[in-house]
This record gives sequence, C-alpha cells and structure tokens, in this order.
Amino acid sequence: MTKAMPEPVTLPTSRANPVDPPDDLRRWREEGPIRPMLYADGHVGWLVTRYDTVRAVLADPRFSTRIELLHPPIGNRLRQAGFRKRPGFFLREDPPEHTRFRKLLTGQFTVRRMKQLEPRIEKITSDRLDAMEMAGSPADLVEQFALPIPSLVICELLGVPYADHHRFQRDSAKLLNLASTPEQVQEAVDGLVEYLHDLVVSKRGEPDDALISGLVATGELNDEEITGVAVLLLVAGHETTANMLALGTYTLLNNPDQLAALRADPSLAESAVEELLRFLTIVHIGPVRTALQDTELEGHTIKAGESVTLSLGAANRDPERFDAPDRLDITRQATGHVSFGHGIHQCLGQQLARIEMRIGYPALLRRFPDLRLAIPSEEVSMRSDMAIYGVHRLPVAW
Amino acid sequence: MRIKADTDVCIGAGMCVLTAPEVFDQSEEDGTVLVMDEEPSAAKEAGVRRAVQVCPSGALSIS
Repeated sequence: MTKAMPEPVTLPTSRANPVDPPDDLRRWREEGPIRPMLYADGHVGWLVTRYDTVRAVLADPRFSTRIELLHPPIGNRLRQAGFRKRPGFFLREDPPEHTRFRKLLTGQFTVRRMKQLEPRIEKITSDRLDAMEMAGSPADLVEQFALPIPSLVICELLGVPYADHHRFQRDSAKLLNLASTPEQVQEAVDGLVEYLHDLVVSKRGEPDDALISGLVATGELNDEEITGVAVLLLVAGHETTANMLALGTYTLLNNPDQLAALRADPSLAESAVEELLRFLTIVHIGPVRTALQDTELEGHTIKAGESVTLSLGAANRDPERFDAPDRLDITRQATGHVSFGHGIHQCLGQQLARIEMRIGYPALLRRFPDLRLAIPSEEVSMRSDMAIYGVHRLPVAW
Repeated sequence: MRIKADTDVCIGAGMCVLTAPEVFDQSEEDGTVLVMDEEPSAAKEAGVRRAVQVCPSGALSIS
C-alpha cells in the first residue's frame, strides 16, 4: 500500500515561539506521522513527527544508527569529516558493537550509583551558588551556574581535571555549532581526541578511582576506544544538562504560576524536571536512522539506505500521547517523553541528568527568592544555531 | 500478573527502577534489570505496567 506522497520538506530549525518546536512540525504532525524529507546532501528520506512512530523507529533494529549510513538532515551540517567512523563512538554503532561498550558502562550509571552522587552534586551546586552570589547581581546564569555544575560533575565522574574546562568546553561548543564548517568540526573532534587520549595514557600510569581508569582496568578496550567513549561522555555530560538548567530556568521565569508552584512545593521537583524535559526537548535536530532493509512504516515503504529523521520535539507535543501538550504543567505525569531518546541508544546519563536538575532548580530558587530576568525575555539569545537547543546567555538579577 | 525480564535485551537505562522502585532494581555489576518481585500484588500493578511501557529496550513483559 502506498499513500499519495507530499512534496519533500526540509527540516525547520527556527521557532516562532522560542520554547515551542517550529510551527511546521506541528502542522506536519497533524497531517500524518511521516513524510518525505530532503536531506542536505540531496538525499530524499523521511521525517517522523508522531510519538508512536518515533518510538517505533527508535526501537526497531531494522533501522541503523551507523554513522557511515546516515544522511545529514540539515544544510550546515554537511560535515563529512564529522561523519567519519571513530573507535569508541558507540552512539553511532549498532549491536553487537554497540552492546560491547554499553554493557561496560551501564553499571556505572545505575539509578543507585547516581543517587550516591547526590551529596557531592549538592555541594557542587551550593558552591556555585555561593560564587554567583559573591559575584553579584546581575549575572549570566549559563556561565555562573548552568554550565559549570554539569561540567564539574562529569569531570569528577570521568576523572578529567576541571582546570582544563576552557579547552574542552571550547571544542565541544564548536562541535555542536551547526554553522561550523567540516574543517572546524574536524578540528574540534581532533582537539578533544588528542586531549583525552593523553589523559587515558596518563591514567594507565597513574590510575584513580574514576570512570576512565575503571574502563582501563577492565582490560576490554584499547586506548583509542576508551578515548572515544570519554569524548562522547564528556560532551554529552555537560552540554545537555547545562542547556536544560538554563532553558528550564528561563521557561519557569516566563511561567510565574508554574514557578510559584515549584517554590511553594519543592517536592514537585521530580515531576517538574520530567515536564521541562518533555516541554523543552533540547535535542532539536534528529536523531537520524537509516533503514537496513525495505521496511513498511505507516503505509509507506522505507527503502534500504533511506534515512529517517525522528523529531523528538514534535513527538513530545503529540496530543495523542500528552493532554494539552503545548501547556507547561509541572504537576503532570510526563514520564514516557522521548527527550532522552528511546530504544537501545536511550541516554546513558539520563539518571545523572535528572539528579543534577532535581537538585539544581530548587537550590537556585531557594537561594534567590527574587530571581528574575535581567533583560526583556524576547532579547534572550536562543541556541537555534546549535545541535542542542537552549540559551546562549541568560542574564538574571535578584 | 507475572513479570519476565530479558537481561540480554536490557540496556540498563533504569527507567523501570525509576518508575516502580518497589519491584525493580539494577545489577551492581552491569546495570541490567533485577526483578525483586516477580508476582507483584494488585497495588503495584499500575506502576509495573507503566514501567513496561517506558522501558526503552523492550526487555520487560508481563503475563
């Protein structure tokens, strides 16, 4: 069965309302779960916008995540250099290769292990709030709070010296910048690989009790593979939570009723975090999968080799799954959102991210009872130009 | 209700532990699912169903 085929669309990245997905995505979701999409290299593949279909593709082993099979969804991300295979980048591998890495790491990121980090994360958070308070109002929340907290936490977890943060934060920002040229992406990856490879070698000589040394001790991975894993975890570990902390704060400040509810009842932190994850969906490009064989999907045949882009943001606003999806409601049961993905590649660090946010938002609100934006809301610069959405800077006063 | 967990399929995301902590746990060694209560009481069934639904890898089933 083949349905009438609409013209291929290109993936929109700019948003009429900064915290809502692009309007076109909503319209296309209403029209159907899947439609043809023109990729940046001229490939005609697919775009999926409904919750059930997004989950179905992400859970289906007939769709591959191998980097060499993926077509780039948007223009400036034509980065052949970045689309190269690298040892240890298991996010871009299928089973059984993916399984070999994931199994070595899951034990390090369990709910219980992450809970054990709570006191340490509380301390890091309150130290940052002290520093922010000392520096005085107004301040950039990204620089003072949102970025350093997850950076400090992931550095401790991996055994990476935080003193080097300028270096890896610069490279990871370049890597995630959609306007970066292939050469700049290559430079950023090379910079991270070189830095972390040296670190892996030094851990072999002088091990500590953090994660990179732990991977060395398993004897199951070579230095190049451990380096790849470390690059992935370091970048994923701070950019994502940093943007959730800042964009989440921006969103709460713009929704005074929700902010007041969270201030009044800090036990709402858990559901507020899930709802902000759902509502904001900071992964705003992709993920992308490619069919390994001809596959029927919602009445269409996805041919082997065709790429499918899954819009997590559109899926998380699907009214078939979430009531009044465009309303922020921190008391709703938002679990089941796809902000951490779905299927075997679902975010490894999600339980860490949850704890950082459950501690971070309430601590920030407690410390500054009069927290407010220091510039008009519409002047806040949004990260439409980055692979991970958020705010570039968030000037706040108290 | 009877719960079955396939630890070969499990990716250790921890969603079951987060959703129904009284029924599920994770192995210290590799993070894969441990079912603490294979035949949960009626009071726990709603949580277990939600856990099965949110499991990213399809490792959980109920009969």
